[in-house]
Amino acid sequence: MAIYVILALDVLNGIASLFLLCLGLAIIFGMMKIINLAHGEFVMLGAYATVISANAGVNIWIAMLVVAPLFVGLMGLVIERCLIRFLYGRLVDSMLATWGLSLLIIGIITTIFGNTQQGVPTPLGGFSIGAYQSSYYTLFLAGMALLMMAVVYGVMRYTRFGLIARATMQNPAMAATLGVNPARVYMSTFAVGAAVTGLAGGLLAPVSGITPGMGGAYVAKAFMTVVGGGAAILSGTMSAASLFGAVNQLGAYFTTPVYGEVIVFTTAIVLIRLLPQGISDRFFKGNL
Amino acid sequence: MPARFRIVAQAIAVLLAMVAIAAIPAGIELFTVMQLTLFAAMAVLALSLAFIWGFGGILSFGQTAFFGLGGYAYAVAAINFQDSTPAILLAIVVPALFAAVLGYFVFFGRISDVYLGVITLTVTLILFNCVNSTSGEEYHIGKALLGGFNGMPSVPTFNMPFDPSQVLSPEQSWYITAGALLAVFLLLRLLLALPAGRVIVAVRENEVRASLLGYDPRLIKCLTFILGGAIAGLAGALYVNWGAFVSPTIFSLSLSAEIIIWITVGGLGTLLGPIVGCVLIEYIVANIGSQQLLNSNLVLGAVLLVFVLLLPKGLVPTARDLLLRLVPAPRPKVERLDETLSSQAAPPHPAGAE
Repeated sequence: MAIYVILALDVLNGIASLFLLCLGLAIIFGMMKIINLAHGEFVMLGAYATVISANAGVNIWIAMLVVAPLFVGLMGLVIERCLIRFLYGRLVDSMLATWGLSLLIIGIITTIFGNTQQGVPTPLGGFSIGAYQSSYYTLFLAGMALLMMAVVYGVMRYTRFGLIARATMQNPAMAATLGVNPARVYMSTFAVGAAVTGLAGGLLAPVSGITPGMGGAYVAKAFMTVVGGGAAILSGTMSAASLFGAVNQLGAYFTTPVYGEVIVFTTAIVLIRLLPQGISDRFFKGNL
Repeated sequence: MPARFRIVAQAIAVLLAMVAIAAIPAGIELFTVMQLTLFAAMAVLALSLAFIWGFGGILSFGQTAFFGLGGYAYAVAAINFQDSTPAILLAIVVPALFAAVLGYFVFFGRISDVYLGVITLTVTLILFNCVNSTSGEEYHIGKALLGGFNGMPSVPTFNMPFDPSQVLSPEQSWYITAGALLAVFLLLRLLLALPAGRVIVAVRENEVRASLLGYDPRLIKCLTFILGGAIAGLAGALYVNWGAFVSPTIFSLSLSAEIIIWITVGGLGTLLGPIVGCVLIEYIVANIGSQQLLNSNLVLGAVLLVFVLLLPKGLVPTARDLLLRLVPAPRPKVERLDETLSSQAAPPHPAGAE
């Protein structure tokens, strides 16, 4: 019995981590149709910001929840102004440029901090179910995923900024004639997406090994989840993250972690072949 | 007439390239020849993506899937048969078959741009993960142990056709590798000059129009993809022959990224450009080595960013345009300068680039 509870917790953990990881990319992709291949490096920057500020004596919670998103959000703002704004509407060029950006960021971080692994201890303790151990941090991650979902929904649905953002997403030209400046909306959306990604990096910092190349492990998963989810930011990402997160954890449990990954990748390929516009386009059309 | 001049110029360039290939081992020390052999093998890989991306309009983020499959197919076959002749054939056939299956799956589902990118990227990751977890005695194909992350050491290198006792010397390997590069280049040039090549470019330009003219874009794209896979497989065999070693890093994402960088730097939509870009970038990476201050990621990332933003056409088309501007009459003589860019040069202006 206890083993199933643990398995359920693992699945929950997989879904929550994947959702947090992908939300920033989904915001950027859903709003601007830009695939940010430097996404993994934004996660890495968030994790580094957390580790470095935590080791400098900042409270770990502040480091995770405030420093990481602020830092990566600011970086996102700078990158949007210097790079991304020249690439709107050029999907392939934006992919190439952000891939270049990702290599550049890896290079800079390697130069500064060296190619060594960093880490912070996991806050909150563990608890045991029967003979098995789990940690409260898993539950915290799931809580954060729910909170982020509520925040994104609330902002997009009930605030003026959300209204403008949704309008620009649906029809930039029409929004512009009504007095909205799409360039500014894109700028802030990119910064918000980067900040959310930075938050994910901060939250995942205690449970992952932090190296300059760590982003590579995330970018493919995030990329396929967002594309598999489709254009709707919340429902698409949530459904794809649930599917892939659950498949990954269950596959890893019944075979090996490596084949778990293989199974999830295969699922993604089949899903994209069957629903080329993503899950949300088929089942949650018009939703957020 | 310009057209006749161009044919003469192309013939001269091919002759010069052949002379350069023949003369290089005599004039240069062995270490450099071996390095050039590696560059030539990589340039074949560059040509495979240059063809399907630049002319077929298919951006594959996972060209290393075919490169790696070719490398592994060669290694497994060479260890089992102890003869490289069937192994090289298998290294071309296996990736081509894989490309056929994947291409059927993808193109007949009308999947394009981002989605295609995700699928090719994911396939590469699957292969990497699978091959990576094959360490142990139980994973073997015939006599060949797959070896997991450690890869397969001491793979037999090329020998004379059907004569396993005569293993090729490094100089002979250079002739084979550079000759293969030239042959693939000429083959692709020829294909692009034929009606079939025109159809491939037509599908890239406008699928709907091509299908209204009676061509099936799905089939054309699939065939283009298969040819690209076969060439990448050949490159894999050449690469394994160079190092006598193959490991799962051959499937790595960073190599996939590098191919795209070569093409962006050299010039998309040309065949010469990717070769130039490949040799240039590989030379830079080899010279940076592993020093800390300027690591290769930093340099590659910066180069890619600069080219995408400032020189999106790439080196070769830009150089060609500049030269054509300097010399008002479009005399084919100007095409000689490309000779200095690459020893295996052949004329620019690939058929169907414009």
